Amino acid sequence: MNPLNSFRVALRAILRNKLRSFLTTLGIVIGVGAVIAMMAIGAGAKAQVEQAFAAMGTNVLIVLPGSTSAGGVRGGFGSMATLTWDDLDAIRTEVATVKRAAPSLRASLPVVSEDQNWTTSVTGTSPEYFDIRTWPIALGTAFTQSDVDGGAKVIVLGQTVVDKLYGPNANPVGQTVRVGSTPFQVVGVVAKKGQSATGQDYDDAAFIPFSTFAQKVQGGLGKFLQGQVMVEATGADTTTRAQQDITALLRDRHHLARGADDDFSIRNLSEIADARQQGTQTMTLLLASVAAVSLLVGGIGIMNIMLVSVTERTREIGIRMAVGAEPHHILTQFLIEALALSLAGGLIGVAGGIGAATWLANRFQWPVLLQPDVIGVSVGFSALVGVAFGIYPARKASRLDPIEALRFE
Amino acid sequence: MGEPVIDLTDVTKVYPTGDVSLRALDGVTLRVGEGEFVAIMGSSGSGKSTLMNIVGCLDRPTGGTYILAGRRVSGMSRAELARVRNRVVGFVFQQFNLLSRTSALENVELPLEYAGVAGRARRKRATDALQRVGLGQRLHHHPNQLSGGQQQRVAIARAIVNDPKVILADEPTGALDSRTSVDVMAIFQGLWRTGITVVLVTHEPDIAEFASRVVTMKDGRLLSDVRQEPRAAAPAAGEPSS
Ligand SMILES: Nc1ncnc2c1ncn2[C@@H]1O[C@H](COP(=O)(O)OP(=O)(O)OP(=O)(O)O)[C@@H](O)[C@H]1O
Ligand SMILES: [Mg+2]
Repeated sequence: MNPLNSFRVALRAILRNKLRSFLTTLGIVIGVGAVIAMMAIGAGAKAQVEQAFAAMGTNVLIVLPGSTSAGGVRGGFGSMATLTWDDLDAIRTEVATVKRAAPSLRASLPVVSEDQNWTTSVTGTSPEYFDIRTWPIALGTAFTQSDVDGGAKVIVLGQTVVDKLYGPNANPVGQTVRVGSTPFQVVGVVAKKGQSATGQDYDDAAFIPFSTFAQKVQGGLGKFLQGQVMVEATGADTTTRAQQDITALLRDRHHLARGADDDFSIRNLSEIADARQQGTQTMTLLLASVAAVSLLVGGIGIMNIMLVSVTERTREIGIRMAVGAEPHHILTQFLIEALALSLAGGLIGVAGGIGAATWLANRFQWPVLLQPDVIGVSVGFSALVGVAFGIYPARKASRLDPIEALRFE
Repeated sequence: MGEPVIDLTDVTKVYPTGDVSLRALDGVTLRVGEGEFVAIMGSSGSGKSTLMNIVGCLDRPTGGTYILAGRRVSGMSRAELARVRNRVVGFVFQQFNLLSRTSALENVELPLEYAGVAGRARRKRATDALQRVGLGQRLHHHPNQLSGGQQQRVAIARAIVNDPKVILADEPTGALDSRTSVDVMAIFQGLWRTGITVVLVTHEPDIAEFASRVVTMKDGRLLSDVRQEPRAAAPAAGEPSS
């Protein structure tokens, strides 16, 4: 008996009891549907987080002034100036695991073109900043080290600022904008980067040399660096090492006694990303167990209904045996029926899961990512459940005695 | 009488019912040669069905030996017995035993499916078999759309579709009226005349008249064994009414 024919017979048997078959597969439908939907949501969230962190730059550490144990009295990070310009030089030159470092002095300032005016986040920094954040220049160039050394009044604009001041797709390179009352020449525009994980627009920003920033915004370049330091480690595997090295270096430079709190803090972005991913992993594990339980319940449901089916169709089995069905024919027939049931459940579950994920994506603007491999594995798993739980009823059917099966009322 | 197709020697069947075991067959020795048409008669409970089920490889004897078409049946595996049922014998039941909600054609195709005959050839052979029993116009009817006589003819078509050596029928006319019974007997006689060995069980003496040999049973033993000139049934011309 060829498989196609067996499948047709199985399908007919299933369709003969449509409601019963559907209810039987419900366990698998729910299991598979839940897995598909949740995995899509999980993967979407993970991808969003990853994208957001990638936008910050890879292997990036941020050194902030102020203590981690900062209470109300001492103020938050960055509120106290404890980092010096010499600290920055030391980080850059004395730590082997550091590839680049750049200051980041920030203020929210109005940027004014000839006829428009837009308040944006203005950062005073050095040219390395764009490399650390892997942020290419789309038009013109970044400012140079000599611009920094000379305190040049040059500015690099983010896309959003360009849009607001000059309109979309304009090329403002060579134009003059005023920051506060100081005129700056636009030398470049950074490529569009999009939004952060918290919805902040990365492109709503402008960059000027830190020397100029200190002079014009902070009232002069003093001993202390009134901002943060962005650090890029030499690689993904050295990021944690770099964090330790910088901590040791700064504690030494700040003459902190053993046991005293750091008067700075270091944020490790890859660590945060890892923590987020671990959260996702926990959720995935949880989902896997939910899926396992529903598939188990679904499997038991299938076994139950197959046992009922074998009993109901004892006479049919007897007839088939009487005309020459061998035990393996009967076994295959019922196995295929169980398989068809569970596969149908799996496929309905996939459809439902995709539907649910799409609905959530539209309704709540959640990022969802449908993964073909998850769908494949779920369908495969439901098929496996069908075979595993179908084997006992199918064996039972195949071992029936022909004459007793024929006599069965 | 040619070679023995059915060769039973001292066959017993014992049912363990409660304390006393019941000897449904008590040492039956019977040889049926190729091309015979045997009617088995006997009172109710004499062991006719028990014997037929053993001859048809649906059941196993408790003791004795059974050789079917030169092959020893006792000791065959379940799968081997299934192949014998599929290829060597065709069984017709009193209650037709057709698959419900399945067309006449598909019912007749069933033995061929298990024999591994594929698609077009299978369909052709099943159609031919149904035409031989005069049901060429009812291929796609389901059993519940057919009369008793028509259902029994579908069952006969199913029994002959795989060209068996022997046709076995346990009271094939038991559920039919006398007119329809004669039509069905005409079909059996027609098959017999083409060389197939036929063994059937019946209660009715006028049905047994169609056979070439009548075996009578009593209490699990053979009581008599008589050869006779078979009465000719009107050959089933075209599509007999039923
Ligand atoms: N499965 C069984 N278990 C126990 N006893 C059985 C079984 N099958 C048949 N018998 C007994 O075996 C004996 C022979 O039964 P069998 O069915 O062969 O009779 P029969 O000649 O076909 O009768 P009938 O003409 O009524 O069909 C009977 O006494 C019956 O009760
Ligand atoms: Mg009987």
